[in-house]
Amino acid sequence: MIPELGNFSLVLALSLSILLSVLPMVGVYRNNPLLMTLSRPLCAGIWVFMVVSFGCLAHAFLNDDFSVRYVASNSNSLLPWFYKFTGVWGGHEGSLLLWVLMVASWTYAVSLFSRNLPLDILARVLSIMGIISVSFLVFMLLTSNPFDRLMLNPPADGTDLNPLLQDFGLIVHPPMLYMGYVGFSVAFAFAITALLTGKLDAAWARWTRPWTNAAWAFLTLGIALGSWWAYYELGWGGWWFWDPTENVAFMPWLVGTALIHSLAVTEKRGVFKSWTVLLAIAAFSLSLLGTFIIRSGLITSVHAFAVDPERGLVLLAILLVVIGASLFLYALRAPVVKGTASYTMTSREVFLLINNILLVVSTAGILLGTLYPLIHEAINGEANMVSVGPPYFNTIFLPLMALLTVFLTIGSISRWKKTSTAFLKDQLVKVAVASVLLGIVLPLFITREVNLSIFLAVSLALWIVFGIARDLVTKSANKDSLVKGLKSLSLSYYGMQLAHLGFAVIILGICLTSHYSVERDVRLAPGQGIEIGSYEFIFQGVVDAPGPNYRAEAGTVDVLKNGRPYMTLHPEKRTYLATGAVQTEADIDVGFFRDLFAALGDPRGEGAWVVRIHLKPFVFWIWFGAFLMAAGGVTAILDRRYRVRDAVVRDVPPEKAATGLGMKSPVEAS
Amino acid sequence: MMRAVTLLIVLLSVPVLGAIEEYPFESDQDEARFKKLTYEMRCPKCLNANIAGSDAPIAADLRREVYQQVKEGRTNDEIIEFMSSRYGDFILYRPRLTLATFFLWFTPLFLLIAGFVIVRRMMAASQAATPADGSLSPEEQARLKRLLDQGKDN
Amino acid sequence: MNRRLKLFIPIAIFFIMAGFLLFGLNDGRNPNLVPSALVSKPFPKFTQPSLYPEMGEFSREDFVGDILFVNIWGSWCPPCHVEHPYFLELSKQEDDITFIGISYDYSMVEDRDFLAERGNPFDYNIVDLDGSLRIDLGVTGAPETFLVDQNGMILYRHIGALDADIWREKFVPLLDQIR
Repeated sequence: MIPELGNFSLVLALSLSILLSVLPMVGVYRNNPLLMTLSRPLCAGIWVFMVVSFGCLAHAFLNDDFSVRYVASNSNSLLPWFYKFTGVWGGHEGSLLLWVLMVASWTYAVSLFSRNLPLDILARVLSIMGIISVSFLVFMLLTSNPFDRLMLNPPADGTDLNPLLQDFGLIVHPPMLYMGYVGFSVAFAFAITALLTGKLDAAWARWTRPWTNAAWAFLTLGIALGSWWAYYELGWGGWWFWDPTENVAFMPWLVGTALIHSLAVTEKRGVFKSWTVLLAIAAFSLSLLGTFIIRSGLITSVHAFAVDPERGLVLLAILLVVIGASLFLYALRAPVVKGTASYTMTSREVFLLINNILLVVSTAGILLGTLYPLIHEAINGEANMVSVGPPYFNTIFLPLMALLTVFLTIGSISRWKKTSTAFLKDQLVKVAVASVLLGIVLPLFITREVNLSIFLAVSLALWIVFGIARDLVTKSANKDSLVKGLKSLSLSYYGMQLAHLGFAVIILGICLTSHYSVERDVRLAPGQGIEIGSYEFIFQGVVDAPGPNYRAEAGTVDVLKNGRPYMTLHPEKRTYLATGAVQTEADIDVGFFRDLFAALGDPRGEGAWVVRIHLKPFVFWIWFGAFLMAAGGVTAILDRRYRVRDAVVRDVPPEKAATGLGMKSPVEAS
Repeated sequence: MMRAVTLLIVLLSVPVLGAIEEYPFESDQDEARFKKLTYEMRCPKCLNANIAGSDAPIAADLRREVYQQVKEGRTNDEIIEFMSSRYGDFILYRPRLTLATFFLWFTPLFLLIAGFVIVRRMMAASQAATPADGSLSPEEQARLKRLLDQGKDN
Repeated sequence: MNRRLKLFIPIAIFFIMAGFLLFGLNDGRNPNLVPSALVSKPFPKFTQPSLYPEMGEFSREDFVGDILFVNIWGSWCPPCHVEHPYFLELSKQEDDITFIGISYDYSMVEDRDFLAERGNPFDYNIVDLDGSLRIDLGVTGAPETFLVDQNGMILYRHIGALDADIWREKFVPLLDQIR
C-alpha cells in the first residue's frame, strides 16, 4: 500500500512538473501574471509530493518490505536501522529518487528566496527547473522505478546492502554531492533565462551568485566526503584515483569554480557575459553528463551503478535534448555585443580570465582522459584497448594547479580595470621572497631534506597565506585601528580569503602526505612490533568478536609514542552473515597532524599475522582544507548585499548601466 | 552506553581492499620501483583498480611477478614491456605516447596556449577601444562631440 | 573565424562527444572484457608438469602442428563446472582438435578427483605449477579458452564459461578458415 502511494506521489510530482514547465512560460509570453504566480505554489506542490515519495521508500526499507524489488536488492533484516534508511540511496533507483528530491528542493528554495526577482524572470527560471524535474521523473517512471514490486515470490529476506556501503560515508556523501550537482541547475536556469530575455547584466549576475556559491559549497563538501570515504574504504592510503566516477564529480566543480569567478567579473564590470552564461550551462551539463556516465554501464568502475545500456540510451536522449537545446540557444542568442568596459593587462579582469582558462583547460584535460579509452576504442577498434589513469591525470592537472596558485594571489590583490605594476610589486615582492625562502628552509629544518615537489608545495601554499595576510593589512590600513579595519571588510571578502586559505591547506595536505607517508606490510607475531618515526606499533594478537550482521576476528595493535603508551588500534576481519562476504576493516586514528592506520592481512600460523601499518602525516588537511573552502563559499553568501530588501536606487556609472530590470547594487568596498 | 559505543565503532571502522602481503626488499630504491610499477599497472580483471590495491587473484599473481622481476634487476621499461606484451596496453595506466595517444597528451597544452592567445587578443582589443591613460577613445570623442552639438542646438 | 560561427563551437563539441557516448552504449560492448593481446601471436613456449605426475612433463614442442583448444580451469572455479559437460561433448565431436586443460596449482588433488568423477574432456592435462604459463598467456582468471592454429598462432581467447552458442558464433568461423 505504502509503495503504491509512493509511486502515485511520483506521478503527481510529474504532473505538477509538467504544469510548472509550461504554464509560467506561457504566462511570460502572454503577459499573464496569474500564470506566472502559479509557479510558486506548483514548486511547493512538487516538493511535497517528492518528500512523500521519499518517505514511502524509506518506510519500505525501515519495515523490511522485501516485496519491493529495490528494497530486496539493497537491504536485509539484520541491517542496522540507520543503514536501512540510508540504503534508500544505496542503489540506482533510490539514488535517482534522492536526485529528483534535490531538484524539487532547489526549485522550491528558489521560489521561496526570490522576493526581489521580477515575476517574469522568476517564472522563466522556475519553468526551466520544471523541465529538469520532468526529464528525470519521466526517466524514473519509465525505466527506474524504485517502487516496482516482486509480485510472484517476494523473498523472505533481502540480499543485503553492499558491505562497502555499510559505512558512515553512505550517510553523508551522496546527499551532499547531489545537493551540489543539482544546485548548479539554478545557475543553469538563470543562464537560459538570460538567453531567452536577451538581458545579461549586473543584476542577473547578482541573482545568480548566491545560488552558485551554495551549490559549489555543497559540491566541495560532497567531493571531499567522497574522497575521505574512499580513503577509509580502500584502506591502502589512497584518497583519489581519477576514477571516471570521481572525475565526473570533479569536472562540474572545476567549472563551477570558474563560474564563481566569472560571475564576479560580470557583476562588477559587465564583461565576460556570454562566457559566464556558457560556463553556467557547462557546469550543469557536466553534472548531467556525470549522471549519465555513472548510470549507463559505459565505463568500468567499482563505483558505477549496475545498470544497463538501455537506460543509458534514455539518459543520453535527455542529455541531447537539454544540453543540445541550451547550447543551440547559446549559439543563437549569446550577446554578440562585447561589454563596453575596458581593462588593462594587470587588471583583476585579466587575472580572473587566466583563472578561468586554467580551470577550463584542466576540465578539458580530465574530460579527454576520462573519455579517451572510449574514443580510442571507437576509432581503433577493440583489439588494442588503452587505459588512462592517475599518471596521465596528475601530469596534466598538477602543473595547471601550480600555475593557478601563482595567479591566485596576484589576482586577489589586484584591482578592477587597472592595477599599477608598482602597486603589485610593492604588495607582492616581499611575499614572494618569503614564500620561496621558507619553502626551502622549513622542510630542510623539519625533515632535513628538501626536494622539488615539497619546495613547490610549501612555497605555493605560503604564497597564498602570506598574500592573504598582506592583503588584510593593506585593506584595513586606512582605518583607525586594525580591528576596525578588519570589521569594515565585507563577508564576501572574508569568504574569498577563507576559501583561498582552504585551497592552500589542501595543497599542503596533498603534497605533504603524498611525500611523507610511510607504509609497511609486515609479518608480526603477538608481542612483535615495528617503528615508524616516533611511533612504535606492537601487535598483540587476534580474538573472535561478533557484530550485528557479521562475525569478526579482531586484532589489537598497541601504539607507543616516544616510548610511552599512546593509544590502541583495533583492526578487524569481518565475514558478513547474509552474503558470506569477507572484508578487512582497518582502524584509523585520525589526528590533525597525522593519521595512524592498522589493518589485518592473512594469518601466518601460530598467532602471527601479516599486518599493514601506515603513518600518514597531514592527510586530514586535505578534508579540512575542503571544509574551509566550503565555509568560505557559505560566508560569501551571507554578505549583506544579497539580503538588501529595499534596493537603493543610485546613479549608476556607464559601465554598469543595466538595460536590466530595476535591481541596482549598492557600491561595495572590495 | 554500550549501544552508543557499538554504534560509534561500527560507524568509524573501515573496510579495506587490496591484499596485505609482505614484499621485503633490500634496497629502498627497489621498494620505490615496486611501488611505482604496481601503482601504475591496471588489474586486468578488476573494475578500475591498480594491482597494488586489488584483492583479485590475478592482481596477487602480477604483484608477485613484478616483485620477482624487480629483485632480478630488470628495468622498469623491461617489466612494462613484459606486461603489456601479454596483457595489452590496457594494463598500463600511463598511456604510451603513440600516434593515437598524441592528442591525449598534448591537447591540454594546445588549449592552454590557445587560451593565452585569446587573453592577449582580448586585452589588445580592449586597449584599442580605450587608451590606457583614461582619455576618451575616438568613438567616445565623436559621441561627446555629438552630444555637445545637440546641446548647442537646444 | 566569424564571431557568430565561433558560438557554435560548444554545441559542435558536444555532439561529437555524444557520438562517442552513443558508440559506448552499443549493445554487446562490454568495457570489462578486454581482448587478448596475444591474438595473432605464437603460443608461448613452456615446460610444465602433467596434472598426473606419472605422465611426466609437457612442453610447447609436444603440440606443434595440431589445432589446439586450450582451456584454463580449476575445480575451485564455479563457471568451470558449468562448461565442463559441454566440453565432454565437444571433445568427442571434434576429433581433429587437441584438447588441453591447464589447471592452476591451487588444488591439484581436487582437480584430479573432479576429472575422475565427472569425466575428462582433455587429451592432455597440464598444471601451471609456478604460475608462469598463465602470465605468459595473459590469463586474467578462470575459465578462459584459447584457440590455436596448426602453425602455433593464437586465433582467439574467450573469457568465461563456454557454451554451444559461443562455440558456434566465435570458434566455428575461425575453424572453418583453418581446416
